[in-house]
Amino acid sequence: MNKKAAVGSAIAILLLILPLFLSQINDLWMHVVIMIGVFSILSMGLNVIIGYAGQFALGHAAFYGIGAYAAALLMLHLDISFWLALPAAAMIAGLFGFLLATPVIRLRGDYLGIVTLGFGEIVRLIFVNWVDVTRGPMGLPGVPAPSLFGYTFTGKTEFYYLILVLVVITYLVVNRIVHSGIGLSMLATREDETLAASIGIRPNKFKLLAFTVGAFFAGIAGAFWASYISYVSPDAFKYLDSVNILAMVILGGSASLPGSILGAAILVAGPELLRYVNEYRMLLLGLAIVLMMIFKPAGFWGEKHRKINFYGSGARKGDVK
Amino acid sequence: MLLQQLINGLSIGMIYALIALGYTMVYGILKIVNFAHGDIYMMGSFFGLFFMKELHMPLYLAFIFSAVSAAILGMIIERTAYRPLRKADRIVPLISALGVSTFLISLAQLLWGTEMHPFPTAFGSKTYAVGSVTFSEIQILIFILSFVLMFGLHLFVTRTKVGTALRATSMNLTNAALMGINTNRMISLTFGLGSALAAVAGILVGIYYNAVYPNMGYMAGINAFTAAVLGGIGSIPGAMLGGVLLGLVETLAGAYISTQYKGVISFSILIIVLLIRPSGILGKKDINKV
Repeated sequence: MNKKAAVGSAIAILLLILPLFLSQINDLWMHVVIMIGVFSILSMGLNVIIGYAGQFALGHAAFYGIGAYAAALLMLHLDISFWLALPAAAMIAGLFGFLLATPVIRLRGDYLGIVTLGFGEIVRLIFVNWVDVTRGPMGLPGVPAPSLFGYTFTGKTEFYYLILVLVVITYLVVNRIVHSGIGLSMLATREDETLAASIGIRPNKFKLLAFTVGAFFAGIAGAFWASYISYVSPDAFKYLDSVNILAMVILGGSASLPGSILGAAILVAGPELLRYVNEYRMLLLGLAIVLMMIFKPAGFWGEKHRKINFYGSGARKGDVK
Repeated sequence: MLLQQLINGLSIGMIYALIALGYTMVYGILKIVNFAHGDIYMMGSFFGLFFMKELHMPLYLAFIFSAVSAAILGMIIERTAYRPLRKADRIVPLISALGVSTFLISLAQLLWGTEMHPFPTAFGSKTYAVGSVTFSEIQILIFILSFVLMFGLHLFVTRTKVGTALRATSMNLTNAALMGINTNRMISLTFGLGSALAAVAGILVGIYYNAVYPNMGYMAGINAFTAAVLGGIGSIPGAMLGGVLLGLVETLAGAYISTQYKGVISFSILIIVLLIRPSGILGKKDINKV
């Protein structure tokens, strides 16, 4: 346990002083680290839906987009401060997660995947075509940066600490949710819906809850992103972005929160490191997904990796299905 | 006007039907949705372009060669990306299929660039007027070729020994294997047939819209999948019916309601069908057992 605490505090200190080094090297890497934070929140949210509730959702970028547009519109038109727009955007995204999932929640596996993919595309089409509100493909420029006690966030370092706080909050809240009775019910739903229903767990309720939670955190990521980039356009919320977030969850290991962060780090930093093979980036991503499914379907940091899991503490490796 | 829209809808519907057959046959046997099918269709279209432009083949040879190449591609994909996962959870082959789809799109982008390519043929631009309705040459080709292929497939599946084996495999994989059918070969055949049909559809679309580009498989794939679900996934006549119906509805809605949201229509149909009658028009109901 002491070892764990030591590793934990080492990571915490490293994360806190990271900007001191990185901002010395160059701004690009600060940006990469901030984007890792944004995608960590997105993949942790999606992990609740896919990893814990076992629902194959393919439209996560839509909720990210709804959060970004909601925050941008609130800040631009109603002059609301970032600190109110962030939770408001998260709630709006969560509400959409609930509303969009309600009619289709009975669908299984691949059907649900295609329908959520469809929803993602419809949401993007609305961003593009509802010109009166979203200004269509031109996007919404000039989203204000957050300010605290009269101090406006301008540098990358301020945004780094903001996203760090948001990632930590997301991690703690999601961790709390999935380790509670709700999380166990979600897992039961994932393993066998009919069986779960027979012991008094309502599968649809927990699937809906998972969608709402996942969309809520996607909304947080979206609101942060809108304020950080200060510009929102439909280009950032395409189908491939949804696939990218899904790949983060799978690569890291479904039903594992550190795994999601790891997946986000690999898939955001990897392409930056491989800049010289940029055109092969998506090719390699596709190949990586297939190879991962064949050789390591549980991901780099999957459930089997942990000593303490939902099936009781200290379960041996290989006990879990 | 209405009659003209019906003709246009019917021709695009026939194409959806050709692509939908691939979805439905694979689903019938393996119970997975081949997410990469739309991209095989895209590759088929590019193969056709390649054979005509680089190797200067006539159109009919390009059809044959492209169909064969796509069939081989489909079989390779099945062999490498799906067969090792046959015993895994349902979600695993789905994600693998997404990987294949991403791979194929970026491969096409690397090989041919992201821009739209015109189809190098003069065929198809000629039009014939019958009363107030005009047919273009390519529309006539779409009708004839799709009809011949679908009828041929129907005969193959119902009248030949291999077709019977194919149907047996689709009914029950284990039992078919016990009856001495080489089920792996049947699955390979299914992927090959579906991919070949998709490639033919790809070339037809390439000529019809005079545009071939790496992302063309995405919407076509979704529409064709909708067609397969609409007709009843797993059912071959269902895919044909669903394709034609969807093509008609989409074209009419595009003409009379809104062109901007044309893409939304097939999604809405898909969602409504899945909610009201998930087994589709001609599909069989299946019961969820523990």
